[in-house]
Amino acid sequence: MTAHTKTLIRGARLLGGEPQDVLIDGETVAAVGTGLDAEGARVIEAGGLVLLPGLVDLHTHLREPGREDSETVLTGTRAAAAGGYTAVHAMANTFPVADTAGVVEQVWRLGKESGYCDVQPVGAVTVGLEGKHLAELGAMHDSAANVRVFSDDGKCVDDAVIMRRALEYVKAFDGVVAQHAQEPRLTEGAQMNEGVVSAELGLGGWPAVAEESIIARDVLLAAHVGSRVHICHLSTAGSVEIVRWAKSKGWNVTAEVTPHHLLLTDELVRTYNPVYKVNPPLRTEADVLALRAALADGTIDCVATDHAPHPHEDKDCEWPAAAMGMVGLETALSVVQQTMVDTGLLDWAGVADRMSLRPAAISGIAGQGRPVAAGEPANLTLVDPDYRGDVDPAGFASRSRNTPYEGRELPGRVTHTFLRGRATVVDGKLA
Amino acid sequence: MMRHLISAADLTRDDAVLILDTAEEMARVADRPIKKLPTLRGRTVVNLFFEDSTRTRISFEAAEKRLSADVINFTAKGSSVSKGESLKDTAQTLEAMGVDAVVIRHGASGAPFRLATSGWIDAAVINAGDGTHQHPTQALLDAFTLRRRLVGPDAGLGQDLAGRRVTIVGDILHSRVARSNVDLLHTLGAHVTLVAPPTLVPVGVENWPCEVSYSLDKVLDRSDAVMMLRVQRERMNAAYFPTEREYARRYGLDGERMAKMPADAIVMHPGPMVRGMEITAEVADSPRCTVVEQVTNGVSVRMAVLYLLLGGNEPAVAQNRSAPASEENHAS
Repeated sequence: MTAHTKTLIRGARLLGGEPQDVLIDGETVAAVGTGLDAEGARVIEAGGLVLLPGLVDLHTHLREPGREDSETVLTGTRAAAAGGYTAVHAMANTFPVADTAGVVEQVWRLGKESGYCDVQPVGAVTVGLEGKHLAELGAMHDSAANVRVFSDDGKCVDDAVIMRRALEYVKAFDGVVAQHAQEPRLTEGAQMNEGVVSAELGLGGWPAVAEESIIARDVLLAAHVGSRVHICHLSTAGSVEIVRWAKSKGWNVTAEVTPHHLLLTDELVRTYNPVYKVNPPLRTEADVLALRAALADGTIDCVATDHAPHPHEDKDCEWPAAAMGMVGLETALSVVQQTMVDTGLLDWAGVADRMSLRPAAISGIAGQGRPVAAGEPANLTLVDPDYRGDVDPAGFASRSRNTPYEGRELPGRVTHTFLRGRATVVDGKLA
Repeated sequence: MMRHLISAADLTRDDAVLILDTAEEMARVADRPIKKLPTLRGRTVVNLFFEDSTRTRISFEAAEKRLSADVINFTAKGSSVSKGESLKDTAQTLEAMGVDAVVIRHGASGAPFRLATSGWIDAAVINAGDGTHQHPTQALLDAFTLRRRLVGPDAGLGQDLAGRRVTIVGDILHSRVARSNVDLLHTLGAHVTLVAPPTLVPVGVENWPCEVSYSLDKVLDRSDAVMMLRVQRERMNAAYFPTEREYARRYGLDGERMAKMPADAIVMHPGPMVRGMEITAEVADSPRCTVVEQVTNGVSVRMAVLYLLLGGNEPAVAQNRSAPASEENHAS
C-alpha cells in the first residue's frame, strides 16, 4: 500500500466530545476540525462513533516463539487490531524465553511482518525467568527491538537483591521493570483467591498478601534506589492502597489493571470452569470496586489485557490441571466501557488516557499514545458505544478461545482501527 | 432425588433423611444370610479411582455388588491416565462401554462437578472424595452412625440430628470429610464445632455454619460426639505445627480427655487412624469408638445412595423383600 491515500473520518465524537472531522493523509493526521474538505479522500461516516487514539497494551502474551498452537505474532496482532489496539507489548515467557537480543529481535521482526499493530517486545529480567541471574538487559535494549520494559511476568522476581539490581541497572537506558507481584512461598499450589469461596471449594488459596507484600517491598526498593517500577495486573484493594501511598510520597511507581479484574469475581470459580482460572486470580467484589475507583482516580495508571491464549485442551479439564490465563485483546475495550464508562467513573477522554496515552508513556514506545491532532501519527480507533452484543469466541481473530465472557452481553464495538493511516479494521472486520 | 451426588451441601434435610432411612433398610439386608438385592441388576457402575483408596473403593464395591450391579474397577495407576489421557477422555471411554454411574475419587477439587456438568458424559456421578473439597458419602455414613447411636436404629427413622452437638477435631484445612460433615450436619440440625490449631483452619471459615475453637479441652464436655480426623505427619514439615508430640498433647484424644466427655458421647474417626497422633490406642479400642461401625454403615449408606440415584422411582427395599416379583413389574 504505497499509494498516497487520504481518509476523512466525518463527524466522530473525538474522545467522546463534540463531533469533529479528522483527515488522515498518508501515515499522519493532516487536520482535525469541522467541515473538512473530503476531496480525494475515502470518507467514513462516523456519526455517533467515538474516536480514540489507537490503544496500547502493556501486557500481551503472543506465545511465539514456542507455543504457536495457542497464538502467533500474526494471530495475536490481528486480535489486537480487532480490539482497537495499534501497539502491544509482547511478554517474555516464550520458548525460548525472550532473554536475549536474538529472541526479542525475532519477535520484533515478526511484528513488523504482521502489519496489524506495532509489537514492542518485553525482555526478561532474569535468564530463563529463573530469578537468579540478570539477563543481558543492555543488549536487548541496544538491539533492533529497543527494549525498555523488562519483566519476568508469570514469575515474580522474588529475590530482593536481584530486584534491586534490575531496578538500578535499567536506569542507564531509562528502562522500567514490570513486576509480577507474587510471593512464591505464600502461593505454592495456589489455585484461586484465598477467602470465603476457596474455603468452601477446597481449592488452594492465593492470598492477597502474597501480592501486596511484594508490591510494598518493590515500591520501597524503587524509592531507595531512585528507580521507577511498574506493577503488573494489580488485583487487590490492599495493593491499591500501597500504590496510592507510594505515589503520595512522589515515588516513581506505575500500575496496571486487567479488564477481567475490573469485572469478574471469585464467585465464578464455584462453576469449577477453568475458563475463570487466571493469575493473579479473580478476587472479591470489594477488590473489583477498589480497582475501578483506583483506575478512575489515576492511582492505577492504565488498563493492560494480560491476553493469555491457551489451547482448548488446557482449559477443558479439571480446575487444578488447567492453565492460568484468559484472552482479552478483543473484549478489553468493551469491558472497560461497561465497568468504567457506563458506570460514570471515567469518560472517553479518560479511557484514551488509561488505554493509550499512559501505557505508551510508561513504555516509552515511539509514535503511540499520541493525542489526536494534526501532525501526529494516524493511529486511531473508532468505537460504536451504543452497540450491544453477546461475546462469541467463534468470531475471535485470536487463535485461542479461552474467554470468560462467552455468551455474556458486553457494550461497544470497535468499527475501525488505523495503524499509521492504514485501516487494519474496517466496519468491525479485519482489513 | 437428584441425579448426581457431588456435595453434601446439595442435599436438603428431606433428601438426607430419606437416604438415612433407606440406609437403615439396606442395613437389614446385611443381617440376612444372603446379603444381596436384585435392585441394580443389569446396571453397570464404574469405580473411577484416580487417588489411592482402599476402604472407600471396597465399600462402594461391596455396596454395588449387594445391589447386583455389574462393577468395573478403574484405578489410574498403570492405566492410560498415566500415559497422559485426560479425565474427559477417560470418562467418555468408559461411558462408551455402557456405564450407568461413575463413582469417582479424584485428587483435584471439583473434578466430579466438572464430570457431571461439562456435558462430557451422561452417566450419574457420585463423588467418592475430591481433593480437599467434598466426600458426601462419608458425611452421610457419619450422620447415619450418629443417628443410630444417639437416637436409635428404629427410633431414628424419619428423624434428623436436631440439637446434637458434634465436635470435629484435626486438619480441617485439608479435609474434605470436615467440609462435607459441616454441610450435612448443619442441614440435619446439629451444632458443629471445629477444633484445630489455627494453622489448620481455612481462611474463610467464618462463613461456614459452625463454630471454631482452638481448644479441645474447652468443648469436650459439651460434645455428643467427637470426630477425630487423621493428621498427616507431613503437615509438620510445612510448619502447620511444631512436632507430632505437641500436636498429640494439644489436640489428640486420650483416655483422660475422653473421660471429660458426657457419658453416652461417642468417638468417631473416618479412618485410617494414626494411633498415637490424633487418637490413642486406649480410645481407638474403647466401646465408645465407632470406627468399625462406621465402616459397616458406609456400605449401607452407599447402597442407599446408589439405589436412590439409579433405582429411580422403583419400590423401596422393604417392598422388594416382601414381594420380590414386584421389583420387575415396576422396573423402568
